[in-house]
Amino acid sequence: MNWFIKAFTSTIGRKIVVAFTGLFLCLFLVVHLLGNLQLLANDGGKSFNLYAKFMTTSPIIQTISILNFAFILLHIIQSLILTFYNRRARPVRYAIVENKSTWASRNMAFLGTFVLIFLVGHLAGFWWRMKFGEMPIVGIDGVQVKDLYRVVYEAFSNLGIVVFYVISMGFIAFHLSHGFQSAFQTLGIHHVKYTPLIQTVGWLFSIIIPLAYAIIPIVMYLRNVN
Amino acid sequence: MKLDSKVPEGPLAEKWTRHKFNLKLVNPANKRKYEVIVVGTGLAGASAAATLAELGYNVKAFCFQDSPRRAHSIAAQGGINAAKNYQNDGDSVYRLFYDTIKGGDYRAREANVYRLAEVSVNIIDQCVAQGVPFAREYGGLLANRSFGGAQVSRTFYARGQTGQQLLLGAYSAMSRQIAAGKIKMYPRTEMLELVVHDGKARGIITRNLITGKIERHSAHAVLLCTGGYGNVYYLSTNAMGSNATAIWRAHKKGAFFGNPCFTQIHPTCIPVSGDHQSKLTLMSESLRNDGRVWVPKKVGDTRPPHEIPEEERDYFLERKYPSFGNLVPRDVASRNVKYVCDEGRGVGASKMAVYLDFADAIKRDGIDVIRAKYGNLFDIYEKITGEDPYKTPMRIYPAVHYTMGGLWVDYNLMTTIPGLFALGEANFSDHGANRLGASALMQGLADGYFIIPYTLGDYLATIGWNDRISTDHPAFAEAEQEVKDRIGTLLGINGKKTVDQFHKELGKIMWDYCGMSRNAEGLKGAKEKIRQLREEYWQNVRVGGTNEELNITLEKALRVADFLELGELMVDDALHREESCGGHFREEYQTPDGEALRNDEKFAYVAAWEYKGPNQPHQLHKEELIFENVKLTQRSYK
Amino acid sequence: MNFTLKVWRQKNAQSKGEFKTYHVKDISPDMSFLEMFDVLNEELLLKGEDPIAFDHDCREGICGMCSMYINGHPHGPGQTTTCQLHMRMFKDGETIVVEPWRAKPFPVIKDLVVDRSAFDRIIQAGGYISVNTGSAPDANEIPIPKEVAEAAFNAATCIGCGACVAACKNASAMLFVAAKVAHLALLPQGQPERKRRVERMVAQMDAEGFGACTNTGACAAECPKEISLANIALLNREYLAAKLTSEYV
Repeated sequence: MNWFIKAFTSTIGRKIVVAFTGLFLCLFLVVHLLGNLQLLANDGGKSFNLYAKFMTTSPIIQTISILNFAFILLHIIQSLILTFYNRRARPVRYAIVENKSTWASRNMAFLGTFVLIFLVGHLAGFWWRMKFGEMPIVGIDGVQVKDLYRVVYEAFSNLGIVVFYVISMGFIAFHLSHGFQSAFQTLGIHHVKYTPLIQTVGWLFSIIIPLAYAIIPIVMYLRNVN
Repeated sequence: MKLDSKVPEGPLAEKWTRHKFNLKLVNPANKRKYEVIVVGTGLAGASAAATLAELGYNVKAFCFQDSPRRAHSIAAQGGINAAKNYQNDGDSVYRLFYDTIKGGDYRAREANVYRLAEVSVNIIDQCVAQGVPFAREYGGLLANRSFGGAQVSRTFYARGQTGQQLLLGAYSAMSRQIAAGKIKMYPRTEMLELVVHDGKARGIITRNLITGKIERHSAHAVLLCTGGYGNVYYLSTNAMGSNATAIWRAHKKGAFFGNPCFTQIHPTCIPVSGDHQSKLTLMSESLRNDGRVWVPKKVGDTRPPHEIPEEERDYFLERKYPSFGNLVPRDVASRNVKYVCDEGRGVGASKMAVYLDFADAIKRDGIDVIRAKYGNLFDIYEKITGEDPYKTPMRIYPAVHYTMGGLWVDYNLMTTIPGLFALGEANFSDHGANRLGASALMQGLADGYFIIPYTLGDYLATIGWNDRISTDHPAFAEAEQEVKDRIGTLLGINGKKTVDQFHKELGKIMWDYCGMSRNAEGLKGAKEKIRQLREEYWQNVRVGGTNEELNITLEKALRVADFLELGELMVDDALHREESCGGHFREEYQTPDGEALRNDEKFAYVAAWEYKGPNQPHQLHKEELIFENVKLTQRSYK
Repeated sequence: MNFTLKVWRQKNAQSKGEFKTYHVKDISPDMSFLEMFDVLNEELLLKGEDPIAFDHDCREGICGMCSMYINGHPHGPGQTTTCQLHMRMFKDGETIVVEPWRAKPFPVIKDLVVDRSAFDRIIQAGGYISVNTGSAPDANEIPIPKEVAEAAFNAATCIGCGACVAACKNASAMLFVAAKVAHLALLPQGQPERKRRVERMVAQMDAEGFGACTNTGACAAECPKEISLANIALLNREYLAAKLTSEYV
């Protein structure tokens, strides 16, 4: 496995890991969003809670979830190592720099760090509590399930948490605006015909997905206020 | 000493083959016992170093640039000739040979030129195999274009960057040998002296340009591949660092200098814009395939070009040379440009320029075709002048471009010092009094890839691997001391004029009196002026700093000191050659209609000059040129 | 035109450098940036000061030797080499800040001169086709589609100046390496060593200490020869494919 380790500890190898895991996480974002949108169904949390129960008990989902965590970790570790290399490659900085690149592309590490902070808060607030914490129970069609909807509902009645979520989605949006298309480039996918398409999809993805995520706490907060 | 060209016997077409068979070989196992020094890493140097290393010799290669890839061969634009006859337009080895001999105005050695044409086909094969991305047709086969002085399309090219692609090919071959440990590369190192002992070249003295350290390198043979000396004119298309020091030092140690006055003035360069000008930029000759050269018919016509109607324009090359038109050889084109400017019909602010107009070509082929062919050249022009050549005609003027002269070498490329070889532009061979376009790249690579590997082997086999001296030998110590003294003297003068000021003055003398046209009176005056300037140089030049550091002024000062001596020899040579041929145009010797008038009776020889000591006149040796295969005619392109 | 120059001065590799301010007067707009430096150096020399060391040679934008970082851009404003940058690109009276290339693998030798031998070592690691002189088949034996030859040519026009490294916030040499890998990987002649080449060149690139590519595109945006980012994608692809399928363990 010497060659394997060599390959994925080279700069390009590490980038490929970051790109691959990044694209996987993009997919995860879509799936997660589809589930979360059920929070907006006006059924007192019924469909969302059933979905939550399925997600926390299905063995397939459990396996994927472990993979997901592993990928997040890999994404973070490889990125951190690369960032360290990159800093080290320029020990003396320029006095003046005028950039010909996008802000997001130059600040992926910073954006990613913020996303990580968000992730920790998000997991602690919902995932950890759902898995290991004390949860209210609700009966749906005679079955007792953990009432995650209620937890979310209560959290999003707090304006501070809503603002934190919306801002975080902004960071994710910028992270995606570079990350999505960049991942394709790193995986070697570049073609006159398809690259413009990938770039457009990347832009749309980085706007629509975070926007849809951000809408959930806002709508829930407004419903609560009304 | 009698000059022996060592041209082999036999019919022209068989000389090289026979000669190769007669050359001695070095046993493969013995090759590793030999050390070879290669100075310069342009096309000739890089190809020689790589090929010799592939054969098994130990090579030490030197360049003053920070990497071997930067040698000035990289700037060659137009292309490389080869007698492949891929176009089925009547080309052949013999025709390339004939064109080159004729283009050189019959002042080159027949056997050398034939050999050059013969190996030209192998060069293209070799370069393609190395991954040189030559231009291709849609069918995937190689494309060609025509070039000045030829009526066939035999020039292979990679857009306007042929030299770059060829050099990177040779550089990559060299890199492979560096990695293999067969070449030891010394970048940022300049050769400052040749070590001769017992009449043979034994090594060199170099200066490390970063630390100033003076170092000794010993070898069985020394190859000088250091390019031309066009920078003696200060302004030329050469790189800023291009210099004559290596060949001049060798010359002073006994290597004869061949035809020093044969310099090529390239017709299509971007005109000088002011006193600040540090170098001139060439616009490839290939532009003359589609561009039309003209000036206003009227003297003092200051209208912008588009306001001058067709009938008031003088397309003087097409008018005077209907069969070759704008594609006449470089010397003819340059001279005619000079004439019209001297008549006061020049254009632009300085009046020292003519138009090179693409309007008709754009109308005929469309702007896209022209862009595809010359896009990068047009971009260069626009960057430098701030004018758009797609809309307004280019302004061009001749500039010093290439030196046909150089160290005299025999058929084996060996100078008059045994063990010292000169390759590429650094030697005098092959181009006679004028070089045809796209032939410099051909010669550099021919010498390095296909000639020296054979002829060097013969020399090494003859002397044997024991015939070498160590760097502790007194000959090295003496040469090193000479270098140190020279540096010490220059640093100690601390005068009032900068090196560049001297260099500019020398350049002006050379350009005015030993440039596009020359006459006895001017040359005599120039000789005196150069002497005075040289004297002043050693009294009044200012070189700051020390030797033990990166000292850009000291580097220049050493080079200019040598230019100041070489310039005088060029003038001597120009003065003695009482005829006009190729790039050497003596005003006293011209036909009634202003064409060059050769004197084959008296001057069909190579002038090889021998150094006789400081302030002693050089001694002239003549190598008679014998033409058995071509008839000497007046060169006509009409 | 008159300018104020703030130029990085550093005596040698060991010493600590600093900016020094110079004023140049009566500069012609037709001068190249390097010719303006020539004028300044002549003045410095006559004043008994040490002229500013900078790399340059061909002065026609092809040798790749010039290397100044001017006002926040490698080779200055406009996508060109320093030698092809003309003073008409600047405003009269402007302050111009000139620094050397900054990267760990490009240590400063003196003033604005840096050591770029790392690039040579990367080429030595595999940036060639192993073909001994004399063994080549006829040049027209293998047809190469015009498009392929042109794509290879476009990559091969890299002049090795290092502006990509200088421009990249990570001091990454990916564009340089990609250009050479793409040039040779595209051509049929480059196929036999294709995998070995990319593996070795990337390994050398990493060993030299260049940063990684984060696809900001700054390199291509500053490259004087307009080498495309597509080459970097190709390099990534070549590398991954080579690592997964080559027989070098």
